[in-house]
Amino acid sequence: MTLDFNASLRARNFNVAFTMEATETVAVLGPNGAGKSTLLGILAGLIRPDSGNAMLGRKRLFKLDGGTNHFLPPHTRGTALLAQEPLLFPHMSVLENVAFGPRAAGANRSKALQTARHWLTEVEAAGFADRRPGQLSGGQAQRVAIARALATDPELLLLDEPMAALDIHAAPMLRRLLKRVLSNRRAIIITHDVLDALVLADRAIVLEGGRITEEGPTRRVLEKPRSKFAAGLAGMNLLPGTITGYGLTSDGGLDITAHPEDGAVPGQNGVAVFSPTAVSVFPSAKHGSPRNSFAVNITELEPQGDQIRVHAGGLSADITPAASADLGLMPGMTVYFVIKATAIAVYPA
Amino acid sequence: MTPVSVPCRKRWTASKTNGQNTGYTGFPPWVFALAAAGGLFVLLPLAAMVARINWGQFIPLITSESSLTALGLSLRTSAAGTVLCIVFGVPLAFVLARASFPGQRLLRAFVLLPLVLPPVVGGIALLYTFGRQGLLGRTLELAGMQIAFSTTAVVLAQTFVALPFLVVSLEGALRTAGIKYEAVAATLGAHPTTVLRRVSIPLVLPGIASGSVLSFARCLGEFGATLTFAGSLQGVTRTLPLEIYLQRETDADAAVALSLLLVAVAVAVVGLSRPRPRPLAEEAESE
Repeated sequence: MTLDFNASLRARNFNVAFTMEATETVAVLGPNGAGKSTLLGILAGLIRPDSGNAMLGRKRLFKLDGGTNHFLPPHTRGTALLAQEPLLFPHMSVLENVAFGPRAAGANRSKALQTARHWLTEVEAAGFADRRPGQLSGGQAQRVAIARALATDPELLLLDEPMAALDIHAAPMLRRLLKRVLSNRRAIIITHDVLDALVLADRAIVLEGGRITEEGPTRRVLEKPRSKFAAGLAGMNLLPGTITGYGLTSDGGLDITAHPEDGAVPGQNGVAVFSPTAVSVFPSAKHGSPRNSFAVNITELEPQGDQIRVHAGGLSADITPAASADLGLMPGMTVYFVIKATAIAVYPA
Repeated sequence: MTPVSVPCRKRWTASKTNGQNTGYTGFPPWVFALAAAGGLFVLLPLAAMVARINWGQFIPLITSESSLTALGLSLRTSAAGTVLCIVFGVPLAFVLARASFPGQRLLRAFVLLPLVLPPVVGGIALLYTFGRQGLLGRTLELAGMQIAFSTTAVVLAQTFVALPFLVVSLEGALRTAGIKYEAVAATLGAHPTTVLRRVSIPLVLPGIASGSVLSFARCLGEFGATLTFAGSLQGVTRTLPLEIYLQRETDADAAVALSLLLVAVAVAVVGLSRPRPRPLAEEAESE
């Protein structure tokens, strides 16, 4: 029961192929306009690709290759879609909303209501079954929307940034809920939040410019990102360049000393990745010649938790507010970023 | 107003609640002066008409047999015309608002044509379609149906001129609502017919209602196309506007009294059935 998907849509410069297992949850990461929502739209049957082929288990979702012209309409696919907004039908009660899917599938009224009550209980929303959607808070409404999607027992659940519109108090509860209901279920979740990807997904796909630029277990993608986007998402510093015998020479000309891993071969394209917390900041070139010391111009200082994040020369460093005050850091200043060789990972990209 | 989700409203702008505008309006005061002149332009003629009414004879005039017959016919035909407008206008509005096909702009232009066409011209066109010698009329006559100069002709004439009112107002409501809810309903497994019946139509019901009210009012006032296509036969095709025009020749008092009756009926229909916009956001906040 795998999902086997490939599709291209020229108008949106979209060309993506991937497969996923029956109980896998995949996080789709990527900048705005990368084609994440297009991917969900094509899977749900709301957008028709120019060409492609997709099998969901034994069901052929579409096959468009010039010769065959097969495209299942959305309601026959079993791919429930959960969007950023809950989009509960405003003219129905909460219970009727959740019973909508079972009713559409042909269940009789009492059976559909029974299914609806079960799923409302499952998302801890049984208490407002008789309310109107307009009387719910954002988090409550999104929980009901999840129940409504699950009540159709979808073969593939599509989640388009389900927590983006929620306030920070509602998100953690919803994340726990999703964690529970997504286990043993096939789902694709679009997210901008590293935490969502780590907690909810087994695997991550990074989409950039309508192409998959990176794919793998979530933890690996975030800990050892190869694409600039994934690195930025994880807050990591990422320098693409050419692998050398002792590390990497970045495209910007920085000579980096590190421990190449994963069978990196000199001359190969690679990336150097290091955490902002591994970067020390000095007002002048340090004596004793550490190998990685780069003169950079500060572009911005921003609070990052209880640290100050110093952005300079396309890199970032996290230091304490006290250290920042001692150094008298301000944008425009030239400082030296120093990184231990052991804190830098270099691998092929 | 269509019940779509309303984003959080910024607190620093005055909201118009309960018909009371408290604060910044967004336009200069002299706009009020021109608005007042516009309002007067509509109200003054009505007042002038009311001033001419012979109140002593008012009740006998509007309860005469010919008046009541005309009023009854008007209400019946307008109701039938409105039903036809809903049956054909709702699908037209959906197709115009949400489909895209070649010739769509042309179709919209033709559907809206009766808005700008002189009703007499509409009547002539209908006559050449459904009349005895008309395009469809001959076939219909062979089937034993004669439409021109019958009550059916009145209904058709009214539908012809009133249809665009429903289509225009509903098309706007459909565009504003978008198809987000429909897309979600489809991914939940609902067949397109189910989506239309349980999601689309309930969501734009206020738009259908206000469009129907406008259409009914237009049907009620129809004159030119009716006279041309249906004639003026008492009890069969002589609706209230035709009766008023006829009375004006002989009995000005009766014409004025009937005019007021027509205005009263129209105002009652429009005023009573107009859906009041419900502030959804506030309703949610008060919980």
